[in-house]
Amino acid sequence: MRATVDGNEAAVSVAYRLNEVCCIFPITPSSPMAELADEWSSRKRPNLWGTVPTVVEMQSEGGAAGALHGALQGGALATTFTASQGLLLMIPNMYKIAGELTSAVMHVAARSVAAQGLSIFGDHSDVMAVRQTGFALLASASVQEAHDLALVAQAATLATRVPFVHFFDGFRTSHELNTIDMLADDDLRALVPTELIRAHRARSMSPDQPFIRGTSQNPDTYFQGRETVNRFYAPVPDEVQQAMDALAARTGRAYRIVEYAGHPDADRVIVSMGSAAQTVAETVRHLCARGERVGAVHVRLFRPFPAEALLAAIPPTAARIAVLDRTKEPGSAGEPLFLDVTAALADAVTGGERDLLPLVCGGRYGLSSKELTPAMVAGIFAELGRERPRRRFTIGITDDVSGTSLPYEPSLDIEPAGTVRAVFFGLGSDGTVGANKNTIKILAAEAGMHAQGYFVYDSKKSGSQTVSHLRFGPQEIRAPYLIEQASFVGCHHGGILESIDVLGRAAPGATLLLNSAEPADQVWDALPRPVQEKIIAKGIALWAVNASQIAREAGLAGRINTVLQTCFFAISGVLPRDEAIASIKSAISSTYARRGADVVRRNHAAVDHALAGLHQIEVPGQVTSARMPPPAIPAHAPEFVRTVTGAMLAGRGDELPVSVLPADGTYPSGTAAYEKRNISDLVAEWDPQMCIQCGNCSFVCPHSVIRSTYYDESLLSGAPPTFRSAPLDARGLPDTMFTLQVYAEDCTGCELCVQACPVAAPGDPDRKAINLTDRTAVVEAERQNVAFFETLPVADRSRVDFGTVRGTQFLQPLFEFSGACAGCGETPYLKLLSQLFGDRLLIANATGCSSIYGGNLPTTPWTTNAEGRGPAWSNSLFEDNAEFGLGLRLAADQHGNLARERLTQLGEHIGAGLVNELLTAPQSREAELRSQRERVQELKRRLGDLQDLGQPVADLRSVVDHLVRRSVWLVGGDGWAYDIGSGGLDHVLSTGRDVNVLVLDTEVYSNTGGQSSKATPLGAIAKFAAAGKTMPKKDLALQAIAYGYVYVARVAMGADPQQTLRAFREAEAYDGPSLIIAYSHCIAHGIDMRDGLGQQYRAVASGYWPLIRYDPVLRTAGQNPFLLDSPRPRISLASYRRGELRFRSLANSDPQEFERLGLLAQQAVDQRWDTYEEMASRAPATFPADARKAREET
Amino acid sequence: MPVDLTTSYLGLELRNPLIASASPLSNTIAGVRQLAAAGVGAIVLYSLFEEQVRQEAAENAARAEAGTESFAESLSYFPAAADADADPGPRRYLSLLERAAAAVDIPVIASLNAVTAGGWTGYAAALEQAGAAAIELNIYHPLGEPLLTGRDVEQRHIDIVTSVKAAVGVPVAVKLHPYFSSIAEMAQRLDEAGADGLVLFNRFLQPDIDAETLTVSAGFGLSSPAEARLPRAWIALLSGRVRASLAATTGVDDAGDVARYLLAGADAVMTASALLRRGPMYAGALLDGLAGWMSRKGFGTLAQVRGLLAMPAGADGSARERAGYVTALRAANVGNGQW
Repeated sequence: MRATVDGNEAAVSVAYRLNEVCCIFPITPSSPMAELADEWSSRKRPNLWGTVPTVVEMQSEGGAAGALHGALQGGALATTFTASQGLLLMIPNMYKIAGELTSAVMHVAARSVAAQGLSIFGDHSDVMAVRQTGFALLASASVQEAHDLALVAQAATLATRVPFVHFFDGFRTSHELNTIDMLADDDLRALVPTELIRAHRARSMSPDQPFIRGTSQNPDTYFQGRETVNRFYAPVPDEVQQAMDALAARTGRAYRIVEYAGHPDADRVIVSMGSAAQTVAETVRHLCARGERVGAVHVRLFRPFPAEALLAAIPPTAARIAVLDRTKEPGSAGEPLFLDVTAALADAVTGGERDLLPLVCGGRYGLSSKELTPAMVAGIFAELGRERPRRRFTIGITDDVSGTSLPYEPSLDIEPAGTVRAVFFGLGSDGTVGANKNTIKILAAEAGMHAQGYFVYDSKKSGSQTVSHLRFGPQEIRAPYLIEQASFVGCHHGGILESIDVLGRAAPGATLLLNSAEPADQVWDALPRPVQEKIIAKGIALWAVNASQIAREAGLAGRINTVLQTCFFAISGVLPRDEAIASIKSAISSTYARRGADVVRRNHAAVDHALAGLHQIEVPGQVTSARMPPPAIPAHAPEFVRTVTGAMLAGRGDELPVSVLPADGTYPSGTAAYEKRNISDLVAEWDPQMCIQCGNCSFVCPHSVIRSTYYDESLLSGAPPTFRSAPLDARGLPDTMFTLQVYAEDCTGCELCVQACPVAAPGDPDRKAINLTDRTAVVEAERQNVAFFETLPVADRSRVDFGTVRGTQFLQPLFEFSGACAGCGETPYLKLLSQLFGDRLLIANATGCSSIYGGNLPTTPWTTNAEGRGPAWSNSLFEDNAEFGLGLRLAADQHGNLARERLTQLGEHIGAGLVNELLTAPQSREAELRSQRERVQELKRRLGDLQDLGQPVADLRSVVDHLVRRSVWLVGGDGWAYDIGSGGLDHVLSTGRDVNVLVLDTEVYSNTGGQSSKATPLGAIAKFAAAGKTMPKKDLALQAIAYGYVYVARVAMGADPQQTLRAFREAEAYDGPSLIIAYSHCIAHGIDMRDGLGQQYRAVASGYWPLIRYDPVLRTAGQNPFLLDSPRPRISLASYRRGELRFRSLANSDPQEFERLGLLAQQAVDQRWDTYEEMASRAPATFPADARKAREET
Repeated sequence: MPVDLTTSYLGLELRNPLIASASPLSNTIAGVRQLAAAGVGAIVLYSLFEEQVRQEAAENAARAEAGTESFAESLSYFPAAADADADPGPRRYLSLLERAAAAVDIPVIASLNAVTAGGWTGYAAALEQAGAAAIELNIYHPLGEPLLTGRDVEQRHIDIVTSVKAAVGVPVAVKLHPYFSSIAEMAQRLDEAGADGLVLFNRFLQPDIDAETLTVSAGFGLSSPAEARLPRAWIALLSGRVRASLAATTGVDDAGDVARYLLAGADAVMTASALLRRGPMYAGALLDGLAGWMSRKGFGTLAQVRGLLAMPAGADGSARERAGYVTALRAANVGNGQW
């Protein structure tokens, strides 16, 4: 059976059928394997032997590996799916599983490992880090192989008892759609004999045949014991080959563990592994046809290293060999595959089995999904042909520092003429990718037709751009790289033409389909000059359609995909037009049937109207436009931002040479401010007459686009005509004006500000003091207004009332314009954090949404104030954030101590008065902190005069800023705090150190696409809990309260912003560990994001999310430390849950279970409320006392 | 004296004439069980609204799709099933109905409000399939069609009844509103179209205006006994003049209200308000009160009560007798609690 699937589905469709237990944890890009397994299990799909596999989500990959180990020892056929850091967390168990000769296969979508920066994209850094564990490593190079070799691995592990990692390239293979032949159950049965399964079972732990395994061994026998396994490893290559041969006998698809393709007497050979091997082999075919003597060695089995097969594969004529590694091992003699190939050849020559030792060169390529194209492969062969080729090289980048990179001629195109190549530029929200997936399915359904789809996404979660690469044709498509020479280019959003070189990927004579709002006769003139130039130069045929209008008229506002898909088929002629239209309609019917007849009808109407609106635009012989696209980065930006960040924004990051990139991953703060994205058609607009200046709108703004300030009226003299202001509503400040400025170009139109505004026009409840308006009408004026606004004075922090929502909104946010989802529920908390404590803030940020919108290049939101101070931010890992943050605290404490010691030591030289003040002045209020900063300034000045005193002064100067109290915050989501980082968080809280923990609780792994965590509530559906979660959410607050000396708060900004503010300030002021659990509404809840604050309100009003504070200071003062801040529940839990698909969905799929869990959830809410009420009314002495000694002045 | 409360409604034998009408009390199986335990003779489930089902499907799909295919790490946010189940149709309602019918030994009547012709017949057939003892058609035309003629409105009712009757084998009742120009004629036309029962009357959601906040609000409250007079008058008039069963709804607060409806000629009496106000177990109190009253008055069976004070047959033409009936009705309506 043929099917068009991606690599993840290809692999898991075999793995699921061949296993009894799946132990899982989400990590990109392997998550879809785990999600599909969970989904199938919850739908009771059986495995090969008629039982439904058990799928268990663990708290981390370490946990998954432990459970896997246990399941295997229990005799089950068990597997896991992972990547990158996840695989690294499995290493300890991998040694155990292999050491005990346990049959198992782990499926890995190979991905980069975080080093100078995290990357979710594909390379072999992770799998190369487990090559020493004793696992066999089997690499698939394509979607078809990911399917076939999943079976081969299972067959081989059972035959040899050596466990396998079966891996394929993350994203390039895991996410590539391709047409493959599916293996039938009988194929699986044929390769996986039941007697081997029973033998595996017979080796399991059983009290009926007891033994002991996992002993502790001593110097006398450990070594010998380690050598016992050799005889199991030796036959693995042959066993794998036999399994491949058995597969070939059944399917006709023949694989070799090491496969040679090319000239039989090749003089130059490239050795590679993974998807690149396809590119190398195809390029070799192309070059051989042109008379070159070149060859490709494709390594599929990497461990146990098949030296014999490798030597057999390399022609004896090969004098020059390049070995390509998709990993980087700094400081090594070479990367792993290179070293192994070299050693095998040297062994063979020194052992007399081979005459000639070729020159072997090692090259790195493709890190983090960097392309390896046929042109690059040709470049490597060219290098091998030089008299003295580079012995170590890189390909695909420009390394102008170490000079490792090879040159190549980029224009080489080896793809068969019959393959149609099309590239589509769209927005994430417009459905382009979905339509293209449908197109692939339509075309792949044609007899003899092969199709491939690969999709490139943006670094931002809101307003993101997508690029779809589609190939289809009569031949199997073996091209695992992006399309460079497209015959068809679709530009689904006019704005993309302004920012990206859309026609850079167009072949000469290609067709460009443009979604344009202009009338057909004005389309050409509206194009920017460089686009016109390229159209003429490349002889491009231009077509245009007003897809937005057609979609709107069909009732599909914003979903332009159907219109453009129809036009693509009409213009490209890949299918006869009528047949194509019928196929599109039929695909629409099946895709949208579940959305109801109305949606199907509207899409059918869009198809019908698309062709009438499609026009070919006449291209004149010369350029008529003078308009240049606006620069991505303004001219006043720092040079690094203009040159490096700017290139990344323009899609030219691949061209940046090594020399311009920071060597240690350190980047400047605040670059998001330079990127004006203009992603929303609607933006906020302030009405100064109606406004009561409460600050609520800017408090909740997730994107920091609403700023307020007050200033002397006289400053308005130079204001632009549209600049808005109103008299400041405050006593004692006459002639003072107030302005609420909207940064229109950065606004996402999320509408939270409108929802938060308490003022409504009489008779028009929809009209607030802040409203949404058409961006295009105001953007030019607002750009000038923002420029003027930024010349106004920033409020003096020491005069701002930190105790009120309104007051805090005069504080400058030092977190702005992040790429989070429009209306994000997390970012308002971070913005508040930055306003309150930003200039002395150290942030440890767990991996997750907040580390992505907080730190994903090109531009980042954490920024600085006019003094150059601001949050110092870093992301270590997912699992270690609490520990990482504690480390920051320890260092700050240590250096604070050092500063105070040196200060004391140098007291007589510095001046006793200043020293005494520096050591003893309070630093809790902002005015006090300001004073301390001034003292430190004075100290620095005096130290400048004391340099003769030598070391102590130098010491003090190096740590002097620590005399201002630093605020250390550990930020992360529930996946971190409740699951993978739970142990670390618990321990850090237990240390009693002054760290502040902010848990942005979305109750789900948002960043990896909505998998269940221990914070997911009872009755919610999520990935990994597709049948509805039957466990309640963990009460993290009560856990922390149990320590007695931890400040704990549960907050929900949308329900009570003032309580949120109070909690943040108390937590920061508390000299000990603090934990704030913040309700963060999320797109993964399936809510109308405009109503995120409403859902927060209902969560609290229903008693689901009681607002609490536990303040140990009160306990010490003889008061009840447990404060229940929200009123008794006044609406039912159901009325909160009704608004969220995560709850509603279960009502659709399993009404009975929905009802059952709904009742239990309501009971749980009632019970917890009773518990909290009881706690809030207890005598103070019933809570544990803080046993820590009064803390020294440290 | 023991009294027999059994009655027949829509051809269904009920243990007593008290029916729990559509309300949130029957939203769950636990609620349905509680109502049955409280003693009601039958239960009408809340209404299945076709429009709501379709709207929810569209909204579910939009929610499941939001933010997908935009960011490489989170190409979707929900299990594929959530998207696939976005339009479950009336699955949730049917599941409740199916389980409710199995959970209690009294008839469970489904209520349906559809908007399309296919919706009325398709959903009705599904309701029958799921075990509905009968189907109550909750027909109303929204305020949004101001130019529809009265005759068209009436014909729409007739068409719906005709088509649903053709589609299902279980009895079909029509819950009608009191705003027809000639209710009696309309009732007779529905009767002729095959309606097995008429439920008098439907109460509309009527938007209200809040003069303080200057906003429009949903105007819906529980009914009061005073509102019972209108349906009671019409039941008294229709009793004996239509083949269809007659059910009264609106304004039942105590056993006297039940008795009055029965005296006017109702075969069954429905209440939601009283049970919402005082809890489902109040049904037992209503029934005890009814039995006590019958016993005190010397009625052994419901047949002796039913229609006792209906407008006598043949009275239509006689102004004198009609006037006498009015007197009788007035007499029945005074002295609340003195019966």
